[in-house]
Amino acid sequence: MSEPVPKTFAAPWEAQVFALVVSLQEAGLFTWAEWADRLGREIRPADGPEQAADYGAWLATLETILAERGIAAPDSVAVRTEAFLRAAAATPHGRPIRLENDPLYRS
Amino acid sequence: MSHDHAHDQAHDHSHTHDHPHGSDLSPVEARVRALESLLTEKGYIDPAALDTLVDLYENKVGPHAGARVVARAWVDPDYRARLLADATPTIAELGIGGRGGEHMVVVANTPETHNLVVCTLCSCYPWPVLGLPPVWYKAPPYRARAVIDPRGVLAEFGVTIPETTRITVWDSTAETRYMVLPMRPANTEGFSEEALAALVTRDAMIGTGLPGTVPPSPPEMPV
Repeated sequence: MSEPVPKTFAAPWEAQVFALVVSLQEAGLFTWAEWADRLGREIRPADGPEQAADYGAWLATLETILAERGIAAPDSVAVRTEAFLRAAAATPHGRPIRLENDPLYRS
Repeated sequence: MSHDHAHDQAHDHSHTHDHPHGSDLSPVEARVRALESLLTEKGYIDPAALDTLVDLYENKVGPHAGARVVARAWVDPDYRARLLADATPTIAELGIGGRGGEHMVVVANTPETHNLVVCTLCSCYPWPVLGLPPVWYKAPPYRARAVIDPRGVLAEFGVTIPETTRITVWDSTAETRYMVLPMRPANTEGFSEEALAALVTRDAMIGTGLPGTVPPSPPEMPV
């Protein structure tokens, strides 16, 4: 019986988050048991209903772990995120969005 | 995000998807790119390795692997016995295993027991045999209701299990990830392993579905 094959990832960023987490797990940053524990906490906010364990939750969990470990502080992630948004706005449609395209970029 | 030109497309009413003055990047896409670039700079990741991983899980790993395991178990009683006793090395006999499948357990459906797999904590799933989990598997309704109302959940998937069949729910974790061995469909005597594997769906190996059915072959016509 052939059932329609659903796409593994709904968007490219989901695939990137998945690959980042797998790479960092294999680099020894955390075990899968630790990951599941942190993800499980992430999707159970104290002030709201339980969330899906989707790739948005994976991203939030990863950001929390990287901040705790001092690998990527929230402010440096925010600064870099803004740089990418400016770079995108300055990149002609269809061209690769590179950090260097940010008008405020300094190498 | 700056919207200086504020979607003023008075110069061109013919299309709405063109962004002549720049590219769109959603906030979540920008966050992911930020993390990736920071981690690359610090030497934690290799972007080429990320691409390889994405290709692997988008194009190569998937429920077709689990279907091969099920089909083998249907035709080979020794394989089936080993699979149920110690799944991980038995699955590895077919060259299947690795990340996310370090300790797998296979539970067999019988006329007395139907098995259903969930991860109540998050989204633990046996990647080598089933690929990455579907969206519903990770969502709160399935995670919560699979345990308290498995029969109701199965009904929503269009699966009716006889009242006399017990439903056992297995909670996958990062350490132990379950897969269901469905019952072999009727009228499949003489089927090749390949033909049998084609009947095995992803949901049949989670327990939210059943394998494909095969109509009885018509009686042979006298020559």
